Parts: sequence; structure tokens; C-alpha cells
Amino acid sequence: MSSETLDRSAGATRPRGAGGGSRRRQPALQRVLGKHPLGWLLSTPYLIFLAVVFAYPLFFAVYMSLHDYFFSAPGAVVERPFVGLDNYVAALTDPAVLRSFANVGIFLIINVPLTVVLSLVLATALNKVVHLRTFYRVSYYVPYVTASVAVVAVWLFLFSGGGLVNTLLGPLAPEPSWLINPSLAMPTIALFVTWKQLGFFILLYLAALQNVPNELYESASTDGAGVMRSFFSVTVPGVRSATVLVLVLSTITGANLFTEPYLLTGGGGPNGASASPVLIMYQQGLQQGKPGFAAAIGVILVIVVLIIALLQNRFAGGKEQ
Amino acid sequence: MHRRTLITATATAAVALLALTACSGGGGNTDALTARGDITVWYSNNEFEVKWAKAMIDAWNADNPDEQIKGQEIPAGKSSEEVIGASITAGTAPCLIYNTAPAAVGQFQKQGGLVDLESFKDGASYIEERSGDSAEQYKSPDGGYFQMPWKSNPVMIFYNKDMFASAGLDPENPKLATYDEFLATSKTLVDAGVAPFAINPAPTSEFFQTLFDFVPTYAAESGGTGLVEDGKATFDGEEGFDAASFWKSLYDGGLAGKEQYQGDAFADGHAAMAIVGPWAVSVYKDAVNWGSVPVPTKDGMAPEEIYTFSDAKNVGLYSACKNQATAWDVLKFSTSEEQDGQLLELTGQMPLRQDLPEVYADYFEANPAYTTFGDQASRTIEVPGGSNTVEMLQVIRDAYTKAVIAGEGDLQEALTSAADKVTELASKG
Repeated sequence: MSSETLDRSAGATRPRGAGGGSRRRQPALQRVLGKHPLGWLLSTPYLIFLAVVFAYPLFFAVYMSLHDYFFSAPGAVVERPFVGLDNYVAALTDPAVLRSFANVGIFLIINVPLTVVLSLVLATALNKVVHLRTFYRVSYYVPYVTASVAVVAVWLFLFSGGGLVNTLLGPLAPEPSWLINPSLAMPTIALFVTWKQLGFFILLYLAALQNVPNELYESASTDGAGVMRSFFSVTVPGVRSATVLVLVLSTITGANLFTEPYLLTGGGGPNGASASPVLIMYQQGLQQGKPGFAAAIGVILVIVVLIIALLQNRFAGGKEQ
Repeated sequence: MHRRTLITATATAAVALLALTACSGGGGNTDALTARGDITVWYSNNEFEVKWAKAMIDAWNADNPDEQIKGQEIPAGKSSEEVIGASITAGTAPCLIYNTAPAAVGQFQKQGGLVDLESFKDGASYIEERSGDSAEQYKSPDGGYFQMPWKSNPVMIFYNKDMFASAGLDPENPKLATYDEFLATSKTLVDAGVAPFAINPAPTSEFFQTLFDFVPTYAAESGGTGLVEDGKATFDGEEGFDAASFWKSLYDGGLAGKEQYQGDAFADGHAAMAIVGPWAVSVYKDAVNWGSVPVPTKDGMAPEEIYTFSDAKNVGLYSACKNQATAWDVLKFSTSEEQDGQLLELTGQMPLRQDLPEVYADYFEANPAYTTFGDQASRTIEVPGGSNTVEMLQVIRDAYTKAVIAGEGDLQEALTSAADKVTELASKG
């Protein structure tokens, strides 16, 4: 604020074109490095990290998607011709790829709202629990930190044809059973992922709830608001920024679904009903040696997720965003 | 201006990085072919193979102090093939890997990760002398041997004798030769309640599962026809349809499980039969009172005429190896008659060596359980060659899971559609 004032006043008093060399160099340097050059120095490690771990792979994925690319041994002389948008055209006309995007759409439609609602409700409840608070919080967090490989076995036991869920349902059990039923495989995976990730999102909401002033609840109560009214009029608006974060994060992690269809439904079965774009990328890029095609799917996925995230931010973020 | 400068700088850096990466090609290493010295080898983590590999390495190291072998199990990963593929790209592949799947060899070759064994003066002659006519199916479609045929696990039907007896079936002479007999026996087993399913091959979508249900029965029914012959898919003919229909009948009748089973269905008594190779003998030895028969055919065939899938694992010599002359010598040493005998003794897996039953007559006499596998090893088919093998198998698997396991759509149409795609892939090399 003060430096801006000084700059403006200096500019106002200095005749145009009579500044001299040193006076002209300083603003040029400032234009490149900003007003606080030291900030760049401090940010450099993280910028390098971002460039190497995120930016470079992203750019390289775009490069791969535009070529007939495959991984080769160092020193091997191979041709990777430029193919333009061929990989994108192939991806967007491949029924298996299109189905995988539809599958993950179904997944997100179930998983994201369920995650937001359940994590907010449970976080609100946990925030009011007095006894065994730590026990409950840890209980919800344990599935999140447990390896999918381990818990998948439990879910396979629960949702198999002769599993606990079908035993409890008796004649109401679906046929074919959950994980081999084309209509139910993806919803079952969505439920599994919701359950597994819930602990993380509950923690996000719990942190956000600490920032909602108690005075607002007291005022609402004084105005005659009940529990539900307080929840919708105080809690929900109070954690709006956390809700946007939960929406975006659950969408991104959901769009990257891989482990569950790989393990729970044995590679995206039945008949590709639970195949996700990332699973197809794995099959095409690593198993079938077509990383260019896989990269095109990845780039499309990034664009789709960005659009969804922007829409979420636009509609759920409100004026605050 | 500030933002524009940053964007320009970022874009320049990105382009420079890409350009650097794109220019990473180079020439091969011909000097390595004649170089000698220490080498590293990887082997499977199967406990019996580990035992064989360690003994083989000790034997070599004792006689070759200047050319020592350092051995280790293949690093853990989703599959050995992915680990090997990554190590090729990173330039960290060892000299020899004693678990190279033929299905992946075409890709490894395309990556420039494998050495053509014909580069060695006695390469082709050694392989062909050892493996006989069966060596031909491991030759690259482009010519050359990029894998040493090593061992096979000819797939057969294992059955639980106790369960057969409990169901009132003859455990010593089970009726499993024809499709009708197999289906009737399966129904008897399930109806008797001795196991939830008669047989339970993995019903999942991974490409390699095709090799353990459809392919063995197709090989048997077709008399040893490969999935692709002369650049054309063959499995959409009558024999392929019959083999697929056989499995479809098992699934439709609830005799085979449509859900993946966590564990070993045969060992756990979840299924009365399994379709596996001789590696299973040592695994089931104390767990199940088992017997084995060849895979069934539509009208039944004499066992000595029946073909099956080889389930071979071969040895690759990798281009990252700096001492390839030593690696070639080790490869010959480890596939010598003596070491093949050790492999047979310790693992029960069949060396891909011609006249196997005659060469190791003493072993088969002492271990009659393996005799049928030894005989079967001479009648196997292999996966199609080339760099698109995995994609071909995935195409077949996708059609199979839909039309056979789930029973959706017309089976013949599914096979024809899959065959057309496989033929197209075969034409791409």
C-alpha cells in the first residue's frame, strides 16, 4: 500500500522521459520479479516441485497424446511419429472409452452428493458429541487410512452372492449379485468409495465447523430456530468454503477411480460396466503398450474434471468465491 | 506484461524439456554382445523357483569367479510384465529374467529392451536343438529369437477325488472326456452338494484369464490350432464356437462360478475341479486328494492327441545388460540338461525341451503324477506373437466375459466380431 503510494507520487512528480537509466531499470525488474523478489526465492522450491511433479508430466502427457508414442529402452532408436489428434479421435469413438466415462459419471452422481451430505451430517453430529469423541473420529478415519487392497476383501465377502448382505436381504437379494450385476456394480463401488473416503471429508468439515461462531447458533435459537433450521441456516452457509473443497476433491479423486474396479470387480467387470477411464488408461498404456492413446484419455479426463470443478465452484461457491 | 513473461518462460521451459525428452534416442550397444563380467538376473518369487534359481546361481558362481551372478526375485508390482516394462524404459533391466511371459515379449522387443539371441553365433542352433519344433512358435514374426523357450505348464483338469467319491462318481476313471460327460459330471457334483461349483476359473476381465478357460479347450478341440494362423484369427470357426459353448453351458447351468473367489477355489473346496498346470501339483499335494485328466473335447479324443495351452515362461536377455556374452553363457548353463533336470525336480514344471519324457525317464518313473504333464508338454499352443498380443487377448476376453460368462448377446456374433478385431491387430504386427 505504501510503496504503491510512493510510486504514484514519484511518477507524478517526475517529468516523462527524464527518468534516467537506473530509474527505468527498476520498474522493469519489478515487472519481472514483482514487488517482493525475496518471495520468489522462498517460493522456488515449491515451484520446482510443481514444475517437475505436476506441470512437466501434464505437458508431456499432451505431447504423448499427439504422437504414436510408446515407452522404449534408453538408446533404442524408435520412431514416434506425430499423429495430430488421431489418438483423441480414436478415444472419443471407442465404445469402451465412452462407456468408462459414462461409468465414472454414474459413480460421481452417487459418490459426490453422498459424500457431501454424509460427511457434513456426521461432522456436525461428531462436533456435538461429548463422550468418546476421539473414538468416533478415529473410527470414521480408519477406513480412509486402510489400504484398499485390504478392505476390498471384506467388501467382496459382504457383497458376494452368498455374502452377508444377500443373506440379510434374503429373497430381496439382487440377481445377479451386486458386483457381477451390470446395473449395480458401479453403484456398489460408489458406496464403497464413499464409505472409505468419508473419514477424510469429515475431518475437513470438522475443521470448518470450528470457524462457525457459536453466537450465530445462539442468535438462531433466540429467534426460535430448531435444530434443522439452525443446520440449514447457520451450519450449511458457515461451511460453504469447505463444501466447495469437498465437492472438488471428491470429484477429482472419483474421476481418478482405479483401484476399486481393478480389485473389486476384477478389472472393470461385468462386461466393462465398472471400467473407469483410468482403468482403461492402465490397460491401454501399460498393458497394451499404447501410452499415446492412454495419454489422450488422460487429457480428456483432465479437461472434463476441470469443467466440472469450475461449475461446482461457480454454483456452490457463491459470492464468497 | 509480468504474466506474459511468466507464461512465455514456462512455455519455453516446457518445450525445451519435451525436446530434450524426444531426442533421447540413440544407438544400440554392440560392444556389450561380446563383453564379459558380472551380471544380474531376476527370477520368479515362486518358492520352488527361488530354490532352483539360488542353487543354479551358486553352481555357476562356484566355477566362474570372474563372472559372478547376482540374483534377486522380480521386484513386486501389479504384474511381472509391468515391472519388466518399466525397468526396460528406465534402463535398469537385469541381464536375464527367468519369468518372461511370451505374451509380453513382442512389446519388450518393440521397446528395444530385448537382445535377439540369434545375435550369438550358436543362438538359433542351441534353441532349436534344445526345444525342437516347438521353438518355432517362440520365434518373432520379424525373425529372430527374442526369448529362450524355457519351461511350460501345460494346462489340464485337476479334480478332487474325495469329492467325486462323495458324489458317487468313479474317482479313478472320471467321465470328463467329452463336453456332455463333463457337463453331466459337473451337474452330479453340484447337485450332490459336495462343492458350490464344479469348476471355478477366474471369471474376471484381465486379458490373461482367457488362457486358462477358453484357450486350452479351443486348443484341444481344434487339434492344436493357434488363435492366429497366417495372420488371421481362427477361433470364430466351429471349434471355437463349440469350446465357447461348452463353457457357456457351465455358466448358464450354475456349474461354474461367475463371481471371483478370494483364495484358491480348488484348495478351499469351493470347486471340485480346476484348470491348471503342473505347478499346482506341489501346491495341492497335501491339500487335496487330486487326479488329473486332459481338457475335454466335444466328442472325446485319445489323451495322446489332445492339445492345450502351454502357460510357458521363458527367459529374456535384456539390452541393458553390459556383459551379454556372459549372460548368454549363463542362459545356456541354466537351460542345460542338468539344470533342466533340477528345475523339473524342484518345481515340477516342464522344461521346454524335446523328448522330455525320454530325457528324464527316471524322474517320471519316480513321479508318475507328472507323467501326463510331461507327455502333454509336447502338444501345446502358444499365444500369438507380435507387439499386439495383450490387446488381442483383451479383445477375446471382453467378448468371452460378455457372451459366455454373462451370457449376453449372440455367441457366434461375439466370436466373429472379436476375430475380426484380432485379425486387424495381427495385420499391424
